[in-house]
Amino acid sequence: MKTILRLSVNGKPREDAVADNTLLIDYLRDALGLTGTKQGCDGGECGACTVLVDGQPRLACSTLARSVAGCAIETIEGLSHEGNLSRLQRAFHEHLGSQCGFCTPGMVMAAEALLRSNPQPDREQIRAALAGNLCRCTGYVKIVDSVEAACGREHAL
Amino acid sequence: MNAPDRKLKLTPAAKKSGRGVGARLPFVDGVEKVTGTARYTADLTANGALVGKILRSPYAHAELLEVDISEALKLPGVRAIVTGADCDVPYGVIPIAQNEFPLARGRIRYVGEPIAAVAAVDEVTANLALSRIRLRVRELPAYFNAVDARAADAVLLHENKPGNIERAVHNEFGDTAAGFAVADLVREENYDCAEVHHAMMEPNAALATYEPERGHLTLWSVTQVPYYVHLTLAQCLKMEAAHIRVIKPFVGGGFGHRVEPLNFEVIVALLARAARGTVRLLMTREEAFLTHRGRPETQIRIKLGLKRDGRMTACQAEVVQRGGAYGGYGLVTILYSGALLNGLYELPAVKYDGYRVYSNTPPCGAMRGHGTVNIRFAFESLLDTMAAELGLDSIEIRRRNLLRAPTETINGLKVMSYGLGDCLDWVERASGWKERKGKFGQTGSTGKGLGMACSHFVSGSAKPVHFTGQPHATIALRLDFDGGVTILTGAADIGQGSSTIITQIVTEVLGVDYRRLRLIANDSALTPKDNGSYSSRVTFMVGNAAADAAQNLKKLLVAAAARRLKVTEAEVEWHGEGAAVAADPDRHIPFEDIAEEALVGVGMLTVNGTFTCPVEFQGGKQRGGAVGSTMGFSYAAQAVEVSVDLDLGKITIDKVWCAIDCGFAINPMSVEGQVQGAIWMGMGQAMSEETVYENGRHKAANFMDYGVPTIIDSPEIEVHIVESMDPNGPFGAKEASEGPLSGFMSALAAAVEEATGHRFRMLPITPEKIFAVRQEQIAAAVANEVSK
Repeated sequence: MKTILRLSVNGKPREDAVADNTLLIDYLRDALGLTGTKQGCDGGECGACTVLVDGQPRLACSTLARSVAGCAIETIEGLSHEGNLSRLQRAFHEHLGSQCGFCTPGMVMAAEALLRSNPQPDREQIRAALAGNLCRCTGYVKIVDSVEAACGREHAL
Repeated sequence: MNAPDRKLKLTPAAKKSGRGVGARLPFVDGVEKVTGTARYTADLTANGALVGKILRSPYAHAELLEVDISEALKLPGVRAIVTGADCDVPYGVIPIAQNEFPLARGRIRYVGEPIAAVAAVDEVTANLALSRIRLRVRELPAYFNAVDARAADAVLLHENKPGNIERAVHNEFGDTAAGFAVADLVREENYDCAEVHHAMMEPNAALATYEPERGHLTLWSVTQVPYYVHLTLAQCLKMEAAHIRVIKPFVGGGFGHRVEPLNFEVIVALLARAARGTVRLLMTREEAFLTHRGRPETQIRIKLGLKRDGRMTACQAEVVQRGGAYGGYGLVTILYSGALLNGLYELPAVKYDGYRVYSNTPPCGAMRGHGTVNIRFAFESLLDTMAAELGLDSIEIRRRNLLRAPTETINGLKVMSYGLGDCLDWVERASGWKERKGKFGQTGSTGKGLGMACSHFVSGSAKPVHFTGQPHATIALRLDFDGGVTILTGAADIGQGSSTIITQIVTEVLGVDYRRLRLIANDSALTPKDNGSYSSRVTFMVGNAAADAAQNLKKLLVAAAARRLKVTEAEVEWHGEGAAVAADPDRHIPFEDIAEEALVGVGMLTVNGTFTCPVEFQGGKQRGGAVGSTMGFSYAAQAVEVSVDLDLGKITIDKVWCAIDCGFAINPMSVEGQVQGAIWMGMGQAMSEETVYENGRHKAANFMDYGVPTIIDSPEIEVHIVESMDPNGPFGAKEASEGPLSGFMSALAAAVEEATGHRFRMLPITPEKIFAVRQEQIAAAVANEVSK
């Protein structure tokens, strides 16, 4: 069964015929070509597919596309505006919060949700907000540093 | 170019500034990663590609009598099915140990081994086809640990390997009997380490296109070693290497999982050729755990002799590794464990017996710190406990056994630079070791402790896997009409930042604006061959080749500038973005003019740079002596502070301090990131990670059950860089990303001992194990009270 899915993705309204069992991650990657959202596990363990649904972090691999009808979806591709990196993107880039980069889109989106609700989180609050996002390269130290840098606090190097 | 022959001394000009070496630069491919535009294999456009799926064995050990694909082939939408019958050539990364088929032939040796694969028009059809394949087998006794596999009556996994021993290593350097005889203290202990897995974030994926009219195959894969994959495809598909193209897109980590050709890479190519088209194979996380190639379950018996002042007199170790079902890198792993007992301290005599054992579990392979991690845990732990027995401080005893570089170890390894003493000094200061070690004690239900250890690793194996007579590393620089310099490299950036390091080196030597440079990597049709990203070889070897290439290009550019300026080359002053007459700075020409002049009469320039480790660095004369050989060892010391909840057995890592002697930090920020990542991966192995098999079936083939630490579990890790300026490394650089891993486990065990009063000699040190020890301690204390 397919239904017409109406929602907005990165600020653009869309209407697409989508099978009822299509996951949000597959809709984004396969139908819209937004491959920045990654699948790192077999469901709900790694956070690499984190996107924002009406501003809240959500695992796209464990969300049916039809269940977010009418919602505003934001992916990593929507964060930079007019060629400018967002503050988090710039911080992750400049502070090496990203090594292999595979967890980065999900990590940045989870951090984005945090900063919108808490513009000045401390390191423990950052850790709590990113607890569902695995990284295998950085040991997480420079990820926390990057989020702090995005808040205007350069971590002592 | 051999490093010792180098005429041009590499002196970093822009140290800690600018965009050359020594600068804290973001990765050259970092913007793509943070914006989501970086394309990994699964992200590549594959419109119209067939969907590939692999049928994996449910049996741990069986004769494979028949694979019946007739019913599956009848399904509409199935375009190709391949089985072991489609590839009768074994493969394996080590030329003398190739005993694995991409699809099982005649025998199945582990649960999860690929047996057949389907290419179909969609995923539903592919899965349905898999379910219609019928297997006829005769099950055999299966062995899930080294002891059972070595039993006298065990069925052999491979007929030519008696006792199921893939490789036994026996060697002795120096006189260990005499060494133990003169020791004031000799102790012998057993250590056990669970098997661990890489768990890189990107699942396995491959895309293959076969062009039937031309007979050409193109493979895109997640590999760390595109060149080995290329050779393997040619071998297994019986194709000319010239008809194959291998491309590595962005890769989401590897840590050794991808340092050998993997079965799925051959399988997807077989499918594409059979289907005469394009096949995409996206694998699950579970399939990565089944493909495995991680660090083996290891039993160690180790004996050490010390003089009263702490100096080492002799060491003896027996190491047994459960290697899994196939050879892979196995013989290298078991050799590494023995070889790198040496090279960290002054050790006058070492006897080593190593056994690599076949078992009915997924094949083990190389994992970060290849072969050196578990033996280092055992050695450092034993050294630490013996120091305590002698009343010596953990740091002090290590100081008394330092090497003096340059030197050669008893097994023929050359140590050319050695900053371990400085590493120890910093860790001692930074951790407050003198003031705090041994003074925490237990308060309430919390125990605290501090522990430390040292470790080291190679900067690339000095002897390559294949003897080709070719350089060990090659870089090409291309200059054309536009004045842009394109760096062409086969070095695989898998997230460790090798493309950035190479770019910084070329920037440094040429002195140009870094934006003039572009780097293209890992397309066999364009880029020079590279042996791959393993054994921490890239910064050292490819870095040297990059410097050589840049110097060679610079020579041509200086000559061109001289022609244009109508002076001799000696009179030219090179400015990078231009050149001038040294005696007359007003006579200046920009880079574009120099490039234009350089192309006159010859057209596009392609300049090579190479690097080869000279034979005198390639290890001792003993069999297997090349393993462990390198031109530069990294050194690291680290201290770990823990709090242990004594009621729950839960360890919290409060802080880690690590000093790394990486020779010279071409990119200090990247060095920090590598060290932090390595220590953290060591923490995972030390505290939670473990593959678990039940009757050969993987019980933890996902991130959660396997135990990958989250950000909540992860400590602050402070990194200090010690620069010993290696005489042969590019600008003095050595490796930084593997050595620090192996020190963590014993540093943790020492800290936990201070916190709990118990020394753990098995990994991982889980809350359950601490809890059990606590119960014993409490019971003993109660019994003691009662007996009073």
